[in-house]
Amino acid sequence: MKKRQQIITRRAALTTGVAALGALLIPGCKQPMPPNYGNILRMGDNFTYAAHRALLSKKSLAKEYNFSDISSMPATGTINPADTSKEYFSESYDKHLRTGFENWQLPVEGLVARPGNYSLNQLKRFSPRTQITRHTCEEGWTAIAEWTGVPLRMVLEHAGIMPKARWVNFYSYDGWLDSIDLIDAFHPQTILAYGMNGKNLSIPHGAPVRLRLERQIGFKSMKYLEKIVVSEEYIDPGDIGWAWYNGF
Amino acid sequence: MNTSSEQNSIKAKHKPWVKTSHWIITLSFLILVFTGVEILMVHPRLYWGEVGNDLTPAFLELPISRNYQWSDWEESIPFFDVQDSPISAGRLGEERLFNQNGWGRSLHFLAAWFLVLTGLFYLIIGLFSGHFQKYIWPKLKELTPTQFFRDLKDHFRLKISPPTGGPHYGLLQKLSYMGIIFIGLPMAIITGFTMSPAITAAYPFLLDIFGGYQSARTIHFFSSLSLEVFLIVHVLMIILSGFKAQLRYMTLGK
Repeated sequence: MKKRQQIITRRAALTTGVAALGALLIPGCKQPMPPNYGNILRMGDNFTYAAHRALLSKKSLAKEYNFSDISSMPATGTINPADTSKEYFSESYDKHLRTGFENWQLPVEGLVARPGNYSLNQLKRFSPRTQITRHTCEEGWTAIAEWTGVPLRMVLEHAGIMPKARWVNFYSYDGWLDSIDLIDAFHPQTILAYGMNGKNLSIPHGAPVRLRLERQIGFKSMKYLEKIVVSEEYIDPGDIGWAWYNGF
Repeated sequence: MNTSSEQNSIKAKHKPWVKTSHWIITLSFLILVFTGVEILMVHPRLYWGEVGNDLTPAFLELPISRNYQWSDWEESIPFFDVQDSPISAGRLGEERLFNQNGWGRSLHFLAAWFLVLTGLFYLIIGLFSGHFQKYIWPKLKELTPTQFFRDLKDHFRLKISPPTGGPHYGLLQKLSYMGIIFIGLPMAIITGFTMSPAITAAYPFLLDIFGGYQSARTIHFFSSLSLEVFLIVHVLMIILSGFKAQLRYMTLGK
């Protein structure tokens, strides 16, 4: 049998090319990728994530609107975690609701030097940010509202986020776990919102505190926040059948 | 009358890069249409401007899913204490909602990557190899009203020429190919970009040129519709001019 020695096979060239492209897309490879579960759709999502991070400015701000642009806005998904008829019913949320969120506290844990619980009043003592932005739902509808809250960056810095940190994970009263990378977490428009259109955030829109993440699709702005955990490893909720990155 | 160069171009066959990009774009497009319809079924309402949702008026409502004219809402609450205040309302019956966007959106964007990257490849080669100038762009002498109306009349009488086996196209054919290469597909892609909150944060002018997110979404729908009309007419013409031969020329055949 004749064995031909090839220095560069087509396959090697292809895999090297793809790897080089990947390296190009994630400068320094500091930001790890969420898992793709061997699912071609999740691979596409991750490609979009890498491409957006490589090609789009990390600091650009989402468009902000005028007060007169504020529109009607449906509340969808969970509209009350204290609804006993629902699977996601939360006893602790029910308790907080009955006491007007007086004893509600947001734990900030994980890779922070000073883990702690932040009450609503403590969050309101940080200098607030108010922004009038467009909520873009994956379903295809949009709405403009004014959101007031504390930039997530301030809370993370107050808690002493560690250099090893790569992900900020959010847990909600209606049972969700979701995460964002540090580029989004430190973005000036990423806020923990407690006010909407000049009033306290209402229950259907995520009381007492929700996330606002203006450069991603609406459902990434998680409602009914229960806990924040900073981590180095990706905390894996499993393949939930939806993209993790939703800048599109 | 035929010069020798024209005779050569009659003999020219479809180039491998044309065939390859033709079929990758075809497959991507079909997936985009399929998932696009699924995504539209989740919110079958079209608007103009930045904002549009179930609590604001739509200019077009499509009865294409059970989400059409959703009526199950909590009592609405005004945001402000003024007349005609914008309102909030909680949606009820969430478990009856049609929503397959989990895979629908991800598949849409995966196919879009193939379309956009292949489209770029096609545009660059087409431009620099002279393919567009030679075959797609109509020659000045053929761009006359007489020729245009003759070609139009022939099409309506279904007098379709047999396949040439290569990129030697008639006037209407050239014009419609130009329409999808330089207007239809780019418009669908750019309005798609305008629906991305990450892309419009980086390039806010996109929202300005289309007049807002919902305008872009509406234009996205109509440009997709025009591409589907093109596809139907294109396939019809292929059938009328000799389906088997055309398919062979666009694939492996000589």
